Amino acid sequence: MTEAATMTHSTAAGGDALLRIEGLQGWYGESHVLHGIDFEVREGEVVTLLGRNGAGKTSTLLAIMGILSKRKGSVTMRGAETIQMEPRHIAKLGIALCPEERGIFSSLNVEENLMLPPKIADGGLSVERIYELFPNLLERKRSQGTKLSGGEQQMLAIARILRTGAKLLLLDEPTEGLAPVIVQQIGATIRQLKQEGFTIVLVEQNFRFAASVADRHYVVDQGRVVDMIPNAELDANIDKLHAYLGV
Amino acid sequence: MFELLGIPPQVLMGQLLLGLINGSFYAVLSLGLAVIFGLLNIINFSHGAQYMLGAFVAWMLLEYLGINYWWALLIVPIVVGATGVVLEKLALRRLYHLDHLYGLLLTFGVALIIQGLFRNYYGISGLPYNIPSQLSGGQNLGFMFLPNYRGWVVVASVIVCFGTWFVIEKTRLGAYLRAATENPTLVGAFGINVPLMIMLTYGFGVALAGFAGVLAAPIYSVNPNMGADLIIVVFAVVVIGGMGSIMGAIVTGFGLGVIEGLTKVFYPAGSAVVIFVIMAIVLMIKPEGLFGRNA
Repeated sequence: MTEAATMTHSTAAGGDALLRIEGLQGWYGESHVLHGIDFEVREGEVVTLLGRNGAGKTSTLLAIMGILSKRKGSVTMRGAETIQMEPRHIAKLGIALCPEERGIFSSLNVEENLMLPPKIADGGLSVERIYELFPNLLERKRSQGTKLSGGEQQMLAIARILRTGAKLLLLDEPTEGLAPVIVQQIGATIRQLKQEGFTIVLVEQNFRFAASVADRHYVVDQGRVVDMIPNAELDANIDKLHAYLGV
Repeated sequence: MFELLGIPPQVLMGQLLLGLINGSFYAVLSLGLAVIFGLLNIINFSHGAQYMLGAFVAWMLLEYLGINYWWALLIVPIVVGATGVVLEKLALRRLYHLDHLYGLLLTFGVALIIQGLFRNYYGISGLPYNIPSQLSGGQNLGFMFLPNYRGWVVVASVIVCFGTWFVIEKTRLGAYLRAATENPTLVGAFGINVPLMIMLTYGFGVALAGFAGVLAAPIYSVNPNMGADLIIVVFAVVVIGGMGSIMGAIVTGFGLGVIEGLTKVFYPAGSAVVIFVIMAIVLMIKPEGLFGRNA
């Protein structure tokens, strides 16, 4: 934790926001789910979105990716406004999503799943490096994607967006439903990815896990960002956070 | 020596070959339907009309422009596929978010319009299209006579079917298609142009129908109803094989052609209905079809 805290100050000190979100509103069909999301993520940071079920965390990630049916406000990636863009164009700016349901394709084997997302820029991890990080995937590369265990599927869902050259990773509850030992592995992976220079927005319910990997936490409630807590000040704000999360 | 239940081998083999040829058309056509249904969720009822269009375009190329069969095999799928692309872009694309029924109704209407137009201009008596000279004649196999063109139809169909299967199941492009069939939103979020892929896939499925039409032109008479007669059986084939299953469409297509041929030998009265009887049985026992991934 102390390591994460020192990282915060070194990375947060300088540099413009990689991703800046202002007054973001979003809809699923007729239903208005985001009412004004504001936050920013700097290059190299790990930032979490914390909040109760239904607060709008997943919707925020989908809105960044352009998947919600309607969006308003502003989402800029390296200064480029994306609010009018199609998801496939947003992807090309270097944003990649690891969805909550993992989205492993059952008609593709592990290797095909891994190789599916096209390269959008240089600087992604090599396939060798990815298999080094996730040795299980190499062993099972001919298996059907959905025949993997839950943990392996999660690894695969993360692994496949590392190849593409995307620098901003949106990870939606990567620890959901996984055994503690796998959760630890995923935590180690996320810290490793930060070292490799990835910027990560992490949606989490498990705030202990969030605290172990993140630089800063944004609290989302009823479709709005209501607070920001640097990881270093988490202990001091624990009561406030409990109140937000209702735990 | 080869006599089986009192049936002379010439008759048996002859019907078997006929079954295999019908099966070739069932396979290529149901393959196109399966590819389209898999990605677009559209039951392409105009498939028979597009097959007829293939035969007519081949006939027109020869009649008006003097372009021969072999060039037609290449040009017709491109032309017919292009009409499919236009149809997708203008109309089908607006229906993806609606129930299957809308796509079915639209393509059914398109089929009626195309068939009506051709009936109006060319009548229903059928136009002759000669077997290309390189494939006239036949081989005496000892136990039966194999017309060269019919052998070619089977070989060409097998190549096209397995080529298509290979591309879809074993290549990177195929992986995009399979993934987009499962979750087009996520595939789009990876930066892949899914609408373009859908448009080209429809064009390809329709091109397969056009290709089958060229193959059919020299053996069946080229007439506006040729597709309407065939497509009902082809739909039964697709249902038996499992909607959207590539290998299912191929194997069931050839298999049912053969079964139909054998029925003509052993119980001629049943040959017209045997495929539908099998369909009813399959629907009772395995509603998702023999090769269907459970829907």
